[in-house]
Amino acid sequence: MKSDPAVAVRDLPVDTTASHDLDLPAIAPGEVLLEVEDLTTTFSSARGPVRAVRGVSFELRRGRTLGIVGESGSGKSVLSRSIMGLVPSNATRTGHVRFAGTEILDASAKTMRGYWGDQMAMVFQDPMTALNPVLRVEQQITESLHEHIDITKAEARATALQLLESVGIPEPKRRLRMYPHELSGGMRQRIMIAIALACGPQLLFADEPTTALDVTVQAQILDLLQGMQRDRQMAMILVTHDLGVVAGRAHDIAVMYAGRVVEQAPARELFAHVRHPYTEALLRSIPKLDMAKHTRLDAIGGRPPDLVNLPDGCKFAPRCPHAQDRCHVDDPALTADPAMAEHLFACHFPVSGVGVGVTVPVAVEPPSARPDPEVQA
Amino acid sequence: MTATTGNIPSAGAPAHLVDEENLEETGTAPAKKLGFAAWLAAGWLTVVVAAAVLAPFLPLKDPDVQSTGTPLLAPFTGSLLLGADANGRDMLSRLVWGTRTSLIVSIGAVGAAFLIGGLLGLLAGFYRNWIGKVLASLFDILLAIPALVLVLALVAVLKGDPTADQALPGELILIIAIGLVSIPLLARITRAQTLAWSQREFVMAARAQGATDRRILFREILPNVLPAMAYIALLGIGIAIVAEGAAALFGASVNPPQATLGTMIDAGRNNMDDAPFVMFLPILVIFLTVMSLNFLGDVIRNRFDVRESAL
Repeated sequence: MKSDPAVAVRDLPVDTTASHDLDLPAIAPGEVLLEVEDLTTTFSSARGPVRAVRGVSFELRRGRTLGIVGESGSGKSVLSRSIMGLVPSNATRTGHVRFAGTEILDASAKTMRGYWGDQMAMVFQDPMTALNPVLRVEQQITESLHEHIDITKAEARATALQLLESVGIPEPKRRLRMYPHELSGGMRQRIMIAIALACGPQLLFADEPTTALDVTVQAQILDLLQGMQRDRQMAMILVTHDLGVVAGRAHDIAVMYAGRVVEQAPARELFAHVRHPYTEALLRSIPKLDMAKHTRLDAIGGRPPDLVNLPDGCKFAPRCPHAQDRCHVDDPALTADPAMAEHLFACHFPVSGVGVGVTVPVAVEPPSARPDPEVQA
Repeated sequence: MTATTGNIPSAGAPAHLVDEENLEETGTAPAKKLGFAAWLAAGWLTVVVAAAVLAPFLPLKDPDVQSTGTPLLAPFTGSLLLGADANGRDMLSRLVWGTRTSLIVSIGAVGAAFLIGGLLGLLAGFYRNWIGKVLASLFDILLAIPALVLVLALVAVLKGDPTADQALPGELILIIAIGLVSIPLLARITRAQTLAWSQREFVMAARAQGATDRRILFREILPNVLPAMAYIALLGIGIAIVAEGAAALFGASVNPPQATLGTMIDAGRNNMDDAPFVMFLPILVIFLTVMSLNFLGDVIRNRFDVRESAL
């Protein structure tokens, strides 16, 4: 795309990056913006409490990207929505979420509205359903501008135009008048990003932003997100089920399993020294170009545990090739690697990480057809 | 046939004639032919509405003036185009003025129900807490009472003592009575649609951008619900016209000599043997009008409903 993302923020007709509804201290790049401490989210269901997030803690600094990786049902999407406070009424959250030093976990929806869109925004998985089918692109972008910023119609329109240009949409004037169904999938996701960025949030959640897109545009969208994050010095949480998506794009990676972070480390460190058997298994399940023809994919046998009836001990133990008796009774805590303080993992018998030998493909979707786990097991 | 009514309960209205129209609607081409029948329906409604609106300016005889010289004059025979009723009143004039009153009543009633029922339905569908539950049960209770009985009872109460000075004009009484009965119908449809649309991810996306409930309800959800509401309202106008007719048969319509389509049918019953046209002319007008409304409603619904599949 010809437009340079760096142009947009400076040239916006209004300063959208300020804190509009709230009196929050400015967080300089590199300082801690978001602190999550022992966050749990439990849904009440007819079968009993569903423990979707169980004690997640991390810090996120401004200008950094945290990749949250996990398979379906690992709680990664619930985690990001729990942090934002966008959970349904049958969810209970405990723990702490501090944004720019302010506790927001127990804030009212009214207070949170000041954060939503303005301070923290989310790019949703499927731009087809996350855009309103009957509103023009312009209305959808300017909606939150009007919500948070005292702005005239003309200014909002000009801002929307700039935003579209900055997310690499050709002929932005014409697109503003279009409805979502008139746009391609990649284009719609760019619109979603423009909407999320409209008020200049400091924290951006990208919830599987490329899962619903063609493989050919996935890398473009990820590059765009990365460019925007760098340009605006935002903190970003990139949620994905694909290690390939976060490789090279996230500064830190947290691997989630059954609602918990099982391994967390700077990206480079994680790929170099895998410690948790689950992460190792995830990496192994990515097909590699140098594999011999007809190599059977190394899928993870079994299925994730039922979040209502969680097994005792390590939740991954039933599927873990290294599991021993202790793993089935004693749930390991997330502890730091003695050799590397920033590398956390929750495992009694960590793997050495040597010999995994993965060359992680960047932003390439692994084949969706996984072998039947039952056959593998 | 059931496919044409699709996800919207048809509120007992006949769904008909739309199959070929439906087939044409599968494409996404912007310009679609309406079809001959649709034009016919639109044409008839235009004539009816125009006549009703322009009634005071049309060169018509006074609809309420009786003439002893021409009772039950057959249509196309004398000086009066559509003949005269048992009191010698000009049938054409009474049809036009009767249609006018019937339309005022039905559009007024459905319009009021559209606003009130639509708003309540939106709230009931959007708020899943006690507000939604209370409203939903309220609709159910109102729907459980037989509509005609409720209309008759309301008219009786609102009319009060027939010998006393009437406080409310007859049209207004009917608007209130039929409107009240229509509120739960429109509210239920709106609620069902709102429930479905509230679950959509764009609502969550709007909330994640800091939109207030009001903005989400009226800017994000309402535009999506509106086509279904409009469709039901269009059918509702037809139902309201028939309801006025039914009320008239029980003497619960406007007071004589004012004409409505219903009171004309009621009056015509006495002469069914010797002059059936007095009864059947207003019946024909009701029939064609209601059918046109239903038909146009289906066409409009089909047009607006393709949006989902086009995505």
